Amino acid sequence: METPVIVPADVAFMLVATALVLLMTPALAFFYGGLVRSKNALNTMMMSVAALGFVGVAWALLGYSLSFAEGGPLVGDLSKAFLNGVGLDPVAPVTIPQLLFMCYQGTFAIITAALISGAIVERMRFAPYLVFITLWSLVVYGPIAHWVWGGGFLAKLGALDFAGGTVVHVNAATAALVAAVVLGQRKDYARQAILPHNVPFVLLGAGLLWFGWFGFNAGSALAANGIASLAFTNTMLAPAATLLVWTLLDLFRSGKATAVGAATAIVVGLVAVTPAAGFVSPLGGIALGAIAAVPSYFAILLRARTRLDDSLDVIAAHGVGGSVGALLTGVFAIKAWNGVADGLVAGNPGQVGTQAIAVLATIVYSGVASYVLLKLIGVVMSLKAVTKEEGLGMDFSQHGEEAYADGEGAILVLQRPDSTASEGAGALAPAAQGGRS
Amino acid sequence: MKLVVAVVRPEKANDVLEALFRSDVQGLTISRVQGHGGETERVETYRGTTVKVELAEKVRFEIGVSDHFVEPTVKAILASARTGDVGDGKVFVVPVEKIYRIRTGEEDRAAVTPVQVVAAGKA
Repeated sequence: METPVIVPADVAFMLVATALVLLMTPALAFFYGGLVRSKNALNTMMMSVAALGFVGVAWALLGYSLSFAEGGPLVGDLSKAFLNGVGLDPVAPVTIPQLLFMCYQGTFAIITAALISGAIVERMRFAPYLVFITLWSLVVYGPIAHWVWGGGFLAKLGALDFAGGTVVHVNAATAALVAAVVLGQRKDYARQAILPHNVPFVLLGAGLLWFGWFGFNAGSALAANGIASLAFTNTMLAPAATLLVWTLLDLFRSGKATAVGAATAIVVGLVAVTPAAGFVSPLGGIALGAIAAVPSYFAILLRARTRLDDSLDVIAAHGVGGSVGALLTGVFAIKAWNGVADGLVAGNPGQVGTQAIAVLATIVYSGVASYVLLKLIGVVMSLKAVTKEEGLGMDFSQHGEEAYADGEGAILVLQRPDSTASEGAGALAPAAQGGRS
Repeated sequence: MKLVVAVVRPEKANDVLEALFRSDVQGLTISRVQGHGGETERVETYRGTTVKVELAEKVRFEIGVSDHFVEPTVKAILASARTGDVGDGKVFVVPVEKIYRIRTGEEDRAAVTPVQVVAAGKA
């Protein structure tokens, strides 16, 4: 056992990488928020923002231990619960303080839970959503992260998942599929055109996601070294290739390259390269990104013709993209680059099978556990907003706010300074416009 | 000739459009408006500032129709815009003195009778 050492360069790099990954969650808020109708913009963005708080705390208290404490092949134990023993010393072979490692991994748990929201926006009530993602991050994300990164059975099997293609994306997309099925359709789905209310937001979100993803993928090297640089390079090149192929598909299919398509392509490319980032050559990364565009592109076209209301195409982008990326990692991995394992192109076809096992194990566990979790929560509280709340918009019905309030006709409600807290509405300002009641 | 003015819930606007098209009502204008009726109040809070929103978002339809089209138009709106809750809106039927079609100068009933697609396209 090597003695744990702290390498300052690694610490500096990981501090930045952690902040970058945390930025991805508000970025996702913009990406998803722009894709929904204006009456649901705040609710959709809040679904990502809330994960920062709820999953963030759950991670520190329990999730980290379930993922990264010793435990068995399936789940970690509770020896690190409440950050017990998680201090400034590193845990070999990682050369950064364990506390920083905990933070870094926590940002992954947060974004993974937030990703699910894309499938249930514009209809899931906020309170059960909070309960769901918090419990989900412990019951589903924790064990699966342990399988792959915490010394669990997939790690021992030799499954390659550099930055979370299965743990994050296949996992979140499976939960998203289950949630979309359990929740059912929005009242307007397939009855009215539901259009994105702010495509510039979508592009802003996609751009910030790409930026943050450098921390996600390069940071997964956990050190400021060559592998981090390789992962960084692939994180730049693979989505570029996806964007290129996606744009060409758009042009050939309809004659017009769409902006929402471009934003989607960036995310699909990033998802696909996530498991592969530190394992494939830069040219392999380009090939992987280019190939990954095709199945997701057609999955989105297909989804629109089904009754499945996966509102923001989490399954097509993260499920299909993540699975394709995980399998292609088994194809393009080159030991000469990564020093870990070869894939199909380097003469090791068995790696593709190992990758497939990792994807299937994730789908099965995440699917079953997410279903049970949602059904249990559904017993205690109603998951879906009633038609009237959906019609008014989730911003008003869930949050009592509007994204784009113009203030006309709004009358200030004065709180009496001397009244007791539970007094309620208070008095109306007499000088306010309108003058009713 | 009448002008049918309907003020409906924004979330019902698409349903109303669909119902009107099904009733062969093709010429109409819509605008986003704000109004006040008997709705229950909406209370919103921004950083400790609580407000009652007294004006509700609505969509106004304006439809110029010839007399025998008034009834189907109104029926279509009533059936499609109704939720049964307070705040579903109103339909006003207003007499119209004169109508001109700008393109041709046609007047009155001819001006609100839809042009046949063939005539518009080929002739």
